[in-house]
Amino acid sequence: MSEPALLATSGLTMRFGGVVAVDQVDFAVKAGELRCLIGPNGAGKSTFFKCLTGQLRPTAGSVVFADQELRGATTHEIVRKGIGIKTQVPNLFDGLPARENIALSALQNHSKKRSEEITDQMLELIAITALANRDVGHLAHGERQLVELAMVLAGQPRLVLLDEPAAGMTAEERGRLANVLRELAGDMSLIVVEHDMQFIRDIATEITVLHRGRVFLEGDVAEIMAHREVQEIYLGKEANGAA
Amino acid sequence: MLRAISKDWLGAGFVTVIGLAILFFVPVLFDLFEVLQMTKYVVLALFVLSLAYIWGFGGILSFGQAGFFGLGGYAFAVSSINMGQTTVPFLIAIAVAALFAAALGYFMFYGRLSDVYLGVVTLVVTLILWKLINHTAGPEYVIGTARLGGFNGIPSIPIMTLPWQPDQEMEPSHMFQYFMAILIGVYVLLHILIKSKFGRIAISIRENEVRTGLLGYDVRLYKLAIFTIGGAIGGAAGAMWATYQTFVDPNIFSLEWSALCLIWVMAGGVGTLFGPMVGVLALEYLSFQLGQTDFINNLIIMGVILIFLVLLLPKGLFPTFRDFVTKHWNRRHE
Amino acid sequence: MDYSLVVAIELLREVAGLILIATGLAVIFGMMRVINIAHGEFMMLGGYTVVLTTKWGVNIWVAILILAPLVVGVFGILVERLIIRHLYGRIIDSLLATWGLSLFLIGFVTVAFGNTVEGVSTPFSSFSVGRYSIAIYTLFLIFAAIAFITSVYLTLRYTKSGLIARATMQNPDMVESLGINSKLVYMATFGIGAAFAGLAGGLLAPISGVVPGMGALLIGKAFITVVTGGAAVVAGTLSASAILGSVSQAVTFATGPVFGDATLLFVALILLRLLPQGITGRIFTRSV
Repeated sequence: MSEPALLATSGLTMRFGGVVAVDQVDFAVKAGELRCLIGPNGAGKSTFFKCLTGQLRPTAGSVVFADQELRGATTHEIVRKGIGIKTQVPNLFDGLPARENIALSALQNHSKKRSEEITDQMLELIAITALANRDVGHLAHGERQLVELAMVLAGQPRLVLLDEPAAGMTAEERGRLANVLRELAGDMSLIVVEHDMQFIRDIATEITVLHRGRVFLEGDVAEIMAHREVQEIYLGKEANGAA
Repeated sequence: MLRAISKDWLGAGFVTVIGLAILFFVPVLFDLFEVLQMTKYVVLALFVLSLAYIWGFGGILSFGQAGFFGLGGYAFAVSSINMGQTTVPFLIAIAVAALFAAALGYFMFYGRLSDVYLGVVTLVVTLILWKLINHTAGPEYVIGTARLGGFNGIPSIPIMTLPWQPDQEMEPSHMFQYFMAILIGVYVLLHILIKSKFGRIAISIRENEVRTGLLGYDVRLYKLAIFTIGGAIGGAAGAMWATYQTFVDPNIFSLEWSALCLIWVMAGGVGTLFGPMVGVLALEYLSFQLGQTDFINNLIIMGVILIFLVLLLPKGLFPTFRDFVTKHWNRRHE
Repeated sequence: MDYSLVVAIELLREVAGLILIATGLAVIFGMMRVINIAHGEFMMLGGYTVVLTTKWGVNIWVAILILAPLVVGVFGILVERLIIRHLYGRIIDSLLATWGLSLFLIGFVTVAFGNTVEGVSTPFSSFSVGRYSIAIYTLFLIFAAIAFITSVYLTLRYTKSGLIARATMQNPDMVESLGINSKLVYMATFGIGAAFAGLAGGLLAPISGVVPGMGALLIGKAFITVVTGGAAVVAGTLSASAILGSVSQAVTFATGPVFGDATLLFVALILLRLLPQGITGRIFTRSV
């Protein structure tokens, strides 16, 4: 069972002045794994996420992806190594139709013609073919989230990082997203930073709980949900004897 | 989608045909003075293309486009006086401006300067070039046999020859046609570039820089390439300006030239190549007419136009007009 | 010994000059994130105010210290009402509009007063240090710059309007929710920035004379100083003026005035390559 990790951090630390937002996090994801990263507000989820994407340069520690060190690499270099990034607020080319948004991502590694084919596949995979020719600036928030996911997938990443992908979605869209994420797992690894416990229940197998910048607990859904201290953290009470 | 693209190519084809018609018929239909006047517009149209491209299709707003114009002009002047021919100096002028743009662009884009800083830095660089070259009046500032001349400028710059007829100075009508051919060529090349994969990514950077980076594109490198292409075109225009005037002085680097270039692009509309060229024609003609009077000078006119454009017509004349026409056209055909 | 004293004074004069020409620009940039391209022309207007009013018999100190900032300040408020107000949130457009204003002012003053250098006689005489002579006005200029930047600092630090200003610089959106009329704040800011430019133009007029195009000679240095300094008005202007002024003056002594400005720019570019948000964006983040 010593399958090597696809992405692993060791001792990852991010300090802002006197505040330690991420504190010596050791974290690993295997190929094909779907992992949720949860924790209350201010637990360091977003900072940790940004350390992985190259938007922040960690103060110390390392991030290794497929045997390559990522610490210090720029965002575009990280993406090119095979990591897709879905940001918290949908970040799209508002003036362009959904189809062209997605094609732009595929163009990174493919010819124009091949990009169009990949785009069609992604539109079908996420079931948003109906939106293909509409300017994304006019789409609803949830639809934009789905377009961005298709866009990220069109880059054919080996690992996708998703920051609160279900935010602002209708119940129907949430269900669709959960299905898509479950289907994708296996073909690629996914790390989902999420707040919404219901959504996590729908998708997750393995969960990592961050609290005060540290890994507080790791386990499967049932274990985590049943854990008394995790419930307390989420209810906002002090978790006594956290260590 | 397909229809939009073919319509776009149709527009470019149409502009090219008009350009070719101008190339062939202007020297026949107009007298010498008018042809000379129009040669000036052609050179300035090429100059404005440099900014129309980097601003409209790469989202880079340079406040110092005159810097490349001036470098091209001076590089051509110095090298053509030294070499006694003009074809290689023309290429040198383009190369000097492009290299300078690349070096400056490296500092700006790899330093991740924001838009405001970018505007200020490009403007200041041009100012410094202007000051530097103004200070070169003394006899010690010589490159080969060419004296830089400081504020007096460099006189007697050779008139360009055709590359395949190096011994024959061009007649004004031939110069007009040669320059017009260059302008059409650059226009067509830019159009192809904009429609290519490179161009699509450049536009996506203009639309959303962060997302383009998140898709794995090296935004800095693309911007650097776009800026360098703009510098090269500006340098070519500067060389043509120098040979057209047979004279350059430091004022080629002045803020007025950078401002004029901006005003032409804004008047013609950011995001098109054709509009800014029309902007040159319209505004140069206007200031030529108004410039006949004493109590009002060119700077006042340009200043008022710039403020007016920013406040009232932020999209520019040409796109505003185009939107107006298409709106009415669509209404009639519904 | 004499020589090094002269060098030191020249160095201080350069730094003082940068402080004077850059502070008004820095105030407007720090508060509104607008770079006023017409700043050089505002200084030019200050210079012309001094030249004209002294010609009409006004005392030179009144002209420099009161009339120049007053006239240009009022003009600045007018400009804010007519142009800048319509462009809030459109930073690039406000740059372009102030550039239009700059062209207009150069053109207008050229038509009105002609394109020649007008002078004012320098107040004070000079004294000699060994073989060198130093104008007392130079010393006055250094003193004026110190007094000026100190009073700006004290105002920002200890007065109510200073507090509002600092709050605006930290978080422009918060001001409105504190119940302060941000439109009024911006109008006052632009007026004060313009008044500072007028004062700088007035103070420099006796040294260099005035000419319609003088803005272009001053503005480059002012821009570099502000951009290098970053968003904090006092700390940014002071640190950038000190670094850039000493470097450019040192180079000027070594190689003559031609490369002084070029070095200034080069140092600024290197600094910006290392600190894209300016010096105060990274180092003195909490300062004013």
